[in-house]
Amino acid sequence: MADLQMVVSQVQERFTSNVLEVVEFRGEYTLLVTPESLLNVLTFLRDTPTCNFEMLIDATAIDLLGSEPRFRVLYHLISMKNNLRLRVKVPAGGENPEIPSACGVYLNANWYEREIYDLMGIRFSGHPDLTRILLPDDWMGHPLRKDHPLVYEEVAFTHNVKRLHEHKPFAKD
Amino acid sequence: MSQVIAPESIHTSNVGESGKTGETGVVLTTLEQAVNWARANSMWPLLFGLACCAIEMMSAQASKFDLSRFGMELMRASPRQADLMIVAGRVSRKMAPVVRRLYDQMPDPKWVIAMGDCASCGGIFNNYAIVQGVDEVVPVDVYVAGCPPRPEALIYGIIQLQEKVKHEKLTLLGDRREV
Repeated sequence: MADLQMVVSQVQERFTSNVLEVVEFRGEYTLLVTPESLLNVLTFLRDTPTCNFEMLIDATAIDLLGSEPRFRVLYHLISMKNNLRLRVKVPAGGENPEIPSACGVYLNANWYEREIYDLMGIRFSGHPDLTRILLPDDWMGHPLRKDHPLVYEEVAFTHNVKRLHEHKPFAKD
Repeated sequence: MSQVIAPESIHTSNVGESGKTGETGVVLTTLEQAVNWARANSMWPLLFGLACCAIEMMSAQASKFDLSRFGMELMRASPRQADLMIVAGRVSRKMAPVVRRLYDQMPDPKWVIAMGDCASCGGIFNNYAIVQGVDEVVPVDVYVAGCPPRPEALIYGIIQLQEKVKHEKLTLLGDRREV
């Protein structure tokens, strides 16, 4: 029976400087790894018998607007055999953030990464079909980014409803 | 001289003793009133719901509120057979083209009720995903306020629509909404 601490030290040993940060919070571990080493780390975690993280349960992203690199992509892994959970975090920055796709390691990363691309605008190189999954195909922008407008239209009150309705695209018959 | 009788009295002329003996009278009315009376009292809504307002719409259909009292008991599953579209719930931007297509597939004359705040103006969902009022997509005849509106409110909205239909003008050409 492996434990998380052992797994983390194994990864650190193997990937040394590619593991940027290890955070422990109430027994949960988060590894911050470089984008270049992401696929190797995930493959290592999946295939090493002492780790055996055979399942990706979630992949998501966060937007840390104002810091550089701006985005973090998170992969939540679970090991059924060892009853362990681990979070792998990857920074993604720049004007057009792009990290390698984990589809080759975990098949179900396909839709998660499409969702992240759809809502956050992070591209995944090597993804087999990087198209929008939730929003319509002709959508402009990525609405879960922090700099995306919070409301869609100005709230109508009696003092401005006339002006708003002049520009509202009412349907024709 | 032709005598104009209110359309409400048409259906009463044929009942009672005179109806059974065949000694029925003659009722004169205008074509416009007769057509509008028929349209208003057998309006078939399109069977679809988008969110929680649809639950109240179902309740309005069910035995306690009994929408069939107003000739609206037939929810048609096909837009080809429907006259009335009750947009019950928030319309997402992805759903908007579908709603418009359903509306386009309905035969004329057709009417739309925006049921609830979300369908009327976006409601609490002032965000990127929700259409800010279904009147951006289809022309709306009656707006029913509420979040969700109670079945009584929906039925009141339907009665308001019936009043509107009863006063519409029949024209051979042109848009009925511009009359």
